Formats: sequence, C-alpha cells, structure tokens
Amino acid sequence: MAGSASEYIKHHLQNLTYGELPAGYERADGTVIEQATWTLAHNAQEASDMGFWALHVDSLGWSVALGLIFLIIFRMAAKRATSDQPGGLQNFVEVMVEFVDNSVKETFHGKNKVIAPLALTIFCWVFMMNLMDLIPVDFLPQLFHLMGADYMKVVPTTDVNITLGMSLSVFALIIYYSLKVKGVGGFVGELTLHPFSSDNLILKIILIPVNLLLEGVSLIAKPISLALRLFGNLYAGELIFILIALLPLWAQWALSVPWAIFHILVITLQAFIFMMLTIVYLSMAHEDSH
Amino acid sequence: MNINLTMIGQAIAFFIFVVFCMKYVWPPIMAALQERQKKIADGLAASDRAARDLELAQEKSAQELREAKQQAAALIEQANKRANQIVEASKDDARREGEKLIEQAKAEIEQERNQARDALRAEVAAFAVSGAEKILETSVDASKHNEMLEKLAAEL
Repeated sequence: MAGSASEYIKHHLQNLTYGELPAGYERADGTVIEQATWTLAHNAQEASDMGFWALHVDSLGWSVALGLIFLIIFRMAAKRATSDQPGGLQNFVEVMVEFVDNSVKETFHGKNKVIAPLALTIFCWVFMMNLMDLIPVDFLPQLFHLMGADYMKVVPTTDVNITLGMSLSVFALIIYYSLKVKGVGGFVGELTLHPFSSDNLILKIILIPVNLLLEGVSLIAKPISLALRLFGNLYAGELIFILIALLPLWAQWALSVPWAIFHILVITLQAFIFMMLTIVYLSMAHEDSH
Repeated sequence: MNINLTMIGQAIAFFIFVVFCMKYVWPPIMAALQERQKKIADGLAASDRAARDLELAQEKSAQELREAKQQAAALIEQANKRANQIVEASKDDARREGEKLIEQAKAEIEQERNQARDALRAEVAAFAVSGAEKILETSVDASKHNEMLEKLAAEL
C-alpha cells in the first residue's frame, strides 16, 4: 500500500510534458532512441531529462483554455454592454469590473490604462485556474487516461512555471514602469542611494553596494514571493486533496467536503492577493518619492 | 518541479490576454458603467426639476382658480345690477304706459260725454220746442225764439 500510495501521489503531481529526448536516450520501457526526438515523457525521469526546452502541455493547455473562457465571457458581456437595464451576465461582469476598478483606484492614484485591465485579467484568470482545484482529483486525470494521456495535472496554478510566468511578466512591467516614470537615473538611484544615504560623497559611494544588495533583494523578492505564494497555497491544497483521495471511499467525503469548502476561501483569497500585490507593486513603480 | 518553457508560454499567453482585455473588454464595460451613472444622475436631476415644475404649476393653477372665482363673482354682481336696472326700467315703462292709457281713456270718455251731452242737449231743445208748440198750439217762430232757446239749451 505504501508504495502504491506514493506512486499515486507522484503520478498526480507529474505534468504531462512534451519535450526533446537526446539521441541514445534509454526510455522508461527500455528502448533506446537513436536520434533526438520530440515526444511526450512517459515518466518523471524522462520529463526532467528533457530539461528547459520542454512544455507542460496540461498546465499550459488548461491555463490558456480557462483564460479564453474568461475572455470570451467578458467579451460577450462587453459587446452587449448597455447603459440601460443590464442582464444577468452583464450584471455579473459589471460587479467584477467595479470591484477590480475600486481596488485599483484605492491603491493606485496615477494614470495608467494598463493596470486595471491587467488586474481584472489576473484576478479572474487566477481564480478560474485555482477553481480547477475543486474538481475531484481523479475525475479529469481518469478521463484523459481513457483518452491516452499518461499524466494530467488540471490545476495550472499548482505548476510553478505558470505562477512564475505570470509573476515574471508583472516583474517586467515593474521594471518597465520604473524606468519610464523615474528614468534610468532615477531607478538606479532608487536602487543604490536608499535606504542608507549620506551627505558625505565618499560615504555615499561606500554605501552603494550595501544599498544595492538590500534594494536588489527586495526587488527580486517581489516576483519570487508572488509566484511562490500562489503556487505554495494551491500545491498544498491539491496535495491534501490527493491525500484525502487515498482514504477509503466511505471516509473521503467527511474530509474532502470541509476541505473543499475551506478551499473556496483560499482560492478566492489567493487570486485576490495576487491581483492586489500586482497593483501595489506597480503603483510603487509609479511613485517617485522614495 | 521542472522549470521549463511552460513559464515563457504562460507569460506570452498572459501578455496576449491582458492586451485583449485592455482593448476589447475593459473599455466597453467601463463606458457602459459611466454612461449609466450619467443617465441616473440626469434622471435624478430631471425628477427634481419635474417636482419643482409641478409645485409651480399647482401654485399657478390655484392662483388662476382664485382669479376665476373673483371674475365670476364680479360678473354675477354685474348681472344682478343689470337685472335690477332692467326691472326698474320696465316698471317705469309699464307705469308710463298705463298712465298714458288711462289718460287716453279719460280723454275718450270726456269726448264721448261731451258728444252725448251735445246730442242730448240738441234733443232736449227740440223736445222742449215741440212741447212748447203743443202747449201753445202754435208754431213757434224759431227765428224769434232762437235766442231764448239757445239760452235754455245752454242752461241744460
């Protein structure tokens, strides 16, 4: 039981990976491929041997599909948006838009056309990706197993690539707006002349490495913490669902239902935190007065 | 826990979705929201204005009602006065007419009485003459006694 249980868990935590295996590689079933081939990995070892140039087909597929669902629904509402009496869909979309708009206005006081739609996309998209966590852990993997896929991880936010992809995009925006608003000199100054500064020029120069270290770490920490917070929460939640799924059938609901109900809070909260922190970081990038 | 190309794929998808959202989702919804806000504000202002208009109209109608009442009262008074005048005038007319009729009647009576008296007088004179003739058995010379007869007739 112990072996099969750990295999079950590992199987559930393995992404469906598409990548290139080098020539002469011995595959899981013992066959040796003669030349480099692009293929789906058959086990975790193969997936990790594919290195950087591999794709998690399941994470990316689900994430793009969910993003498209979000955009299609909101685009439909936007197309039919009327200032007269709104319908049900428009009401819902307007609630979301106003909620995000208020969150942005409370935190960010400058003028920027990107931040509000960015925040809306982040919130809805991350929420939907998190929501996949509430689908019982074996439903979709089993379904895809019947269709021939060995692995299927349906919650994109339990893949650190997905969260890093988003947080690094946000990081790029932070850098971009920092440079745009403060200029190269201003941004470099912010990184090197604070928090320790002195009127004495020599002392000032001596303090530059210290400041650069401190500010650099806090700058780099932003995208990393953003990504790992979301990933960690969802990964842990998913892991607990998997552990609960190991219990005998009659006991599962007693644990999975309360955990799922609690998880609704986590899902929403993590999506909100990701959005809020993005807004905060970007509004910090816009502020000149350091 | 492999870091791989998925990260970049996700970043590209993220970028495309955000741009799409920024171009095709956010502006129409915000425009609709702002337009509705404006509509509601306009509606409230219009209802305020309408309430004020209503108040003014009520005041005006009350004022006009009052004026109409005053006019009606004045008209009635005038009509009463005129009616009295007409009654008085017709009374006067009637009285004058009556008096005229009485006068006429009186004159006619007088005239007829005079005529009757004249006739009677002539008849009495003739009767007296014939009576006297019978008494005297002679004819009375009318020319001789005419003067006397006329005196007699005048006395009757």
